[in-house]
Amino acid sequence: MQTPKVSFRAARRVWQRNATVYKRTWKLNILPNFFEPFLYLLGMGIGLGAYINEMQGIRYIEFIAPGLLISSIMWGATLETTYNVFVKMNFDRIYDGILSTPVNPKDLALGELLWGATRGSLYGGAFFSILFLFGMGLHWGILLILPLLFIIGFMFATIGLLFTSFIKEIELFNYFFTLFLTPLFLFSGIFFPLTELPALVQTIAWFTPLYHGVELSRGIFLQKWSLDLLWHFCWILVVTGLNTALVLRTIHGRLYR
Amino acid sequence: MSTSKPIVIAHDLIKRYGSLTAVNKINFQIEPGTCYGFLGPNGAGKTTVMRMIYCVTPLNSGSLTVNGLDVMSNMSEVKRGIGVVTQDDSLDYDLNVLNNLLVYARYYDLPKTQALHRANELIEFFQLEEKRLENVRALSGGMKRRLQIARALINKPNILILDEPSTGLDPQARHHVWAKCHELIEQGVTLLLTTHYMDEAEQLCDRLAVMDRGNIIAENSPWELIKKEVSPQVVEVRADGKQRTRILERLKANISDHEELSDRLLLYTEDATALYTDIQAMALPLKTLLTRRSSMEDVFLKLTGRGLID
Repeated sequence: MQTPKVSFRAARRVWQRNATVYKRTWKLNILPNFFEPFLYLLGMGIGLGAYINEMQGIRYIEFIAPGLLISSIMWGATLETTYNVFVKMNFDRIYDGILSTPVNPKDLALGELLWGATRGSLYGGAFFSILFLFGMGLHWGILLILPLLFIIGFMFATIGLLFTSFIKEIELFNYFFTLFLTPLFLFSGIFFPLTELPALVQTIAWFTPLYHGVELSRGIFLQKWSLDLLWHFCWILVVTGLNTALVLRTIHGRLYR
Repeated sequence: MSTSKPIVIAHDLIKRYGSLTAVNKINFQIEPGTCYGFLGPNGAGKTTVMRMIYCVTPLNSGSLTVNGLDVMSNMSEVKRGIGVVTQDDSLDYDLNVLNNLLVYARYYDLPKTQALHRANELIEFFQLEEKRLENVRALSGGMKRRLQIARALINKPNILILDEPSTGLDPQARHHVWAKCHELIEQGVTLLLTTHYMDEAEQLCDRLAVMDRGNIIAENSPWELIKKEVSPQVVEVRADGKQRTRILERLKANISDHEELSDRLLLYTEDATALYTDIQAMALPLKTLLTRRSSMEDVFLKLTGRGLID
């Protein structure tokens, strides 16, 4: 059976709805996003950095900062398309209201993905501005990071939403966060280079999303331009594209039945 | 009005959920500018029919056109012409009253100034002025329902779907909702509603489809249904089984039909006064004896042979 085409206009309406809600509390909302990187850099960069002077020839704080930036996008975007979407879908019945308008399930899904990417970007943007204050990434090439905040946010939004489209109980998100995101956070090369680890770990890492974001971000921050960066970027684009196509279908199936 | 084309045409509509057949090959047509009701107990398939009409549930087979458009291939266009008040409140609790309307208007691509104008108009029509900038949480049940109806009307739909519009409301709020519904019908809006309240069906509907277990078991105007399915008057007797049997045996000839419930005996008749006098003359120990007009509830009992199960 043919399903209606995705409408960007309708998706924008869903994005706007979330923005309207966010606008009411954004000042309260965004503040922790600035404290978080500050605390990380203080605790891990300076505290742990006192013991680990250098990692791959640079200060420890500079080693971890680009990766932490990307992880903040990951947390921000997935939080939006997991818990928040689940509540809107199942508890607040907001989607019941939206879907009885010209907005169709796929438009709704795309709107939530765009919003998830936006939230991820806001997390990342706050983090980035703190790094800037710490004197990191003071070069023109750093501008490349800005579109990346959104693209990586979008990728993680699709991953969160895909999980959400399958589960019936909100408790299952604990598994997603503890057994999927936390390992990503720890083993994607943010805190230590994966090159020291067994080849198998590196192979597994290649198949995971955060790793490519971390590598890309570090390359840009440290201006280590190479073709590798382009491959990491391609990986992210391809996975995001495929995942988007998949998640629009699963959400459609979930909401149109 | 009888010459105009039906605004909703359903032909052999089927919807299954796994092994459960929620809607079992039903047919109906709805004339524009009328109020059409689906009456039946929970689980009869009323809500599923509504959901198919406003394109959030696909059909398994059959065809369904709304405003001349097929619901499966023109989802957005069909929904553009329909306002929906869902059974469970689907208001946006993160927004205030006005923003609930404005955000909703955006889903229909209404320009900002037009949306604001329309929102204010509706806030006035549904007497929500005092709550204009209040969070939805601060509204009473009746106000929430009114806001939901207001929201459904933001795009000036020619069809308004109300899924159990007065469930959970107190009597005043119910009557207020009904009054607004009457006004909307006068404005030419076609109303589609589901209900399991007989009085609501009688109050509002020009035509009624009585649904039971996925089937339409009768379809007519409320008055015709009562006339056709039961006698216009009822004598209700509350008494124990022995007395009831005696009444039935003695007066069989005077009643057109009867229905035995757990605690009551319903006797349908053309002349309730005469029957009432006859029963009184038997001088039996009865708990209650009364006559009343037949209602949709009687029709329902007659058609399904069972009480409304909630």
